[in-house]
Amino acid sequence: MLTRFSRRLIGAHKFSLPDIKTHNIDPKLVPTEAESTKDELMKYLTDMMTIRRLEILADDLYKNEKIRGFCHLSDGQEAIAVGMEAAVTYEDSLITAYRDHGNAYMRGISLDHIFAELFGKASGSSKGKGGSMHFYHKEHSFYGGNGIVGAQCAIGAGLAFALKYKKKPNVALILFGDGASAQGQLYEASNMAELWKLPAIFVCENNLYGMGTPIEKASANLELYTKGHPSPGIKIDGQNILAVRETFHFAKDYALKNGPIWIECATYRYHGHSMSDPGVSYRKRDEITAARAAKDPIQKVKDWLIEKNEATEEELDKMEKNIRKKVLEIANKAKEEPWPDHKELFTDVYGPGRKYFYRNIEFKNSTMF
Amino acid sequence: MQRAATRKFSSLLFGTSPEAPSGVPATRRTMLQSISNAIDITLTKDKTACLFGEDIAFGGVFRVAEGLRQKHGENRVFNTPLCEQGIAGFAIGLSAIGITTIAEIQFADYIFPAFDQIVNEAAKYRYRSGGQFNVGSLLIRAPYGAVDHGALYHSQSPEAYFAHTPGLKVVIPRGPIQAKGLLLASIRDQNPVLFFEPKMLYRSAVADVPNEDYEIPLGKAEILKEGKDITLIGYGLQLVHMEKAMIRAEKELKISCELIDLRTISPLDRETIIDSVKKTGRVLIAHEAPKFGGFAGEIATIINENCFLHLEAPIHRVCGWDTPFPLVFEKMYYPDEHRIFEGIKSTINF
Ligand SMILES: Cc1ncc(C[n+]2csc(CCOP(=O)(O)OP(=O)(O)O)c2C)c(N)n1
Ligand SMILES: [Mg+2]
Repeated sequence: MLTRFSRRLIGAHKFSLPDIKTHNIDPKLVPTEAESTKDELMKYLTDMMTIRRLEILADDLYKNEKIRGFCHLSDGQEAIAVGMEAAVTYEDSLITAYRDHGNAYMRGISLDHIFAELFGKASGSSKGKGGSMHFYHKEHSFYGGNGIVGAQCAIGAGLAFALKYKKKPNVALILFGDGASAQGQLYEASNMAELWKLPAIFVCENNLYGMGTPIEKASANLELYTKGHPSPGIKIDGQNILAVRETFHFAKDYALKNGPIWIECATYRYHGHSMSDPGVSYRKRDEITAARAAKDPIQKVKDWLIEKNEATEEELDKMEKNIRKKVLEIANKAKEEPWPDHKELFTDVYGPGRKYFYRNIEFKNSTMF
Repeated sequence: MQRAATRKFSSLLFGTSPEAPSGVPATRRTMLQSISNAIDITLTKDKTACLFGEDIAFGGVFRVAEGLRQKHGENRVFNTPLCEQGIAGFAIGLSAIGITTIAEIQFADYIFPAFDQIVNEAAKYRYRSGGQFNVGSLLIRAPYGAVDHGALYHSQSPEAYFAHTPGLKVVIPRGPIQAKGLLLASIRDQNPVLFFEPKMLYRSAVADVPNEDYEIPLGKAEILKEGKDITLIGYGLQLVHMEKAMIRAEKELKISCELIDLRTISPLDRETIIDSVKKTGRVLIAHEAPKFGGFAGEIATIINENCFLHLEAPIHRVCGWDTPFPLVFEKMYYPDEHRIFEGIKSTINF
């Protein structure tokens, strides 16, 4: 199954992957090594740094009331969004919950459209109607961006069925959190997927907390990768981008041949749950600091590049600064974008053929459209 | 949403109700603290009572349960996993054996995964068992409504769905004093009650709430202000906008308005509504939920059936538009002072 990376890449480095846990699958099948080149690593690093800047800036912009609605940041979890996309294509369907900025970026929504959407501007990827929790990209099979915890899982089973039905060589990636693993819908979906051998990857981003509740207080079974039983499951280090990439590459192949598979990615969110949660009332600051120091997914790639003499600290710092500057520029530009027309309040509720009456406070300014 | 609106509201809304005790020791409390106080009283007096929901162990997202776990123990104030259907079903089972059950649904928007349990199980347990079982000791609380920037999934007002279900009661308080009295009455009511709390007012509504245990009866509306030209009917947060519109209308249109807080959506206090409309001949009903199929339609029909010959103008509804709750258009979406004022004006000038 190592078809893709068994080819000798010019200038490739070998990395051995961290230990995994498996359920209902022979661990020997799962990759234990990865190869990667400087170019690849630089690309992953750029993407992860971009997402991190996006999140840190979003934090700022939210506090300045430029971003409204509810906003959930994914810094700390970048390696999952980036590593996963390195193993699949835009033909593979993706659906997630509300912590979706990183996924949106990796599914090819441009930063200007992302910021415009965060601000609720007309040029946003959802015309400013969805905001932070609702990014979508139809051409790139990105089905959102969902507000109701667990709802995306059942929808994901339908996406997987559609791919199989249409005989596409693609899988559905169904993302959810550790907290969401308590929702009944997930198991309804998982059962259907296994019963009908659907090409689905159930991806649990286990960041140890569902809002303010630690996973030990929310799940009787802490081996989340086993919760799809009898579907097989793998638990990996979600902070190691190559582990993510290799495992998803393997899982896609597996799911297409055999049916659903679960991947639990051990990860950590640096920010609070959402912008109204400082994130320190239910976990110790030390815990956050320790997670950052020991397992940061960006630092890991930087270390690799330096270790392998592919880059210097200064080069990487400079790169980070450039990204920071670019992201800020794009955000500032998006601030100047126009607001959606008032009529947009009424559009997209139903399909075409529906007339809407917009009664302005001043009757003479009312419109029928 | 933690730093709720700081606008000034008048004492009319957050003043007392005739059923609440007066001249007794009271404490200045926000609506949130008042709700917490009512739960505290329940847990203290009723040793069977339990409070649970997502993140309740650390107080819940709005901190309603702050301190209650420490005071009453972790067997009585506890976290559930993230599973609304499970929470509701679990609560129904607990209540069926007579335990006083207070379940929190984190936002009213997340009550829909629990909809089946509430509508099919809780509401019909008594009827289908011929009265052998009931879940009268069940109360489900949920913060509802606009919060300034809540967008699609932190803003909805689902009361009409539940009012449509025989067997359920639906209660919505407007201020801290009412929240406490209505909540205590709801917890003790012999029917399953849904208690929707206007989260926008959690911290911004403040009143001197009597310390003692008191109840405000369910199914009884309150006339906040008597008037003779038009009846204004609302509940919860909506009353804030209605009051502003009323003040303006009385001044600019030289009319006198009667303002009614329904307090309970189901069962509905028909008499108070009918008597008022017979007196004024004009009526405006407002709510934040969409107009089509909204609860105002039910009120309008009751008025039509009972006050037809007294009406001087068509019954006027000012409601949320028939769209999902919007992100950037929140201010345009909900029935604010201006839309209600326009509604009053057109009804008066009909
Ligand atoms: C049905 C439903 N219930 C509750 C919520 C509120 N809520 C949003 S996220 C969340 C915690 C989810 O935790 P987890 O699944 O671990 O994902 P994470 O936020 O850690 O990414 C809760 C309780 C919701 N959005 N939908
Ligand atoms: Mg989590």
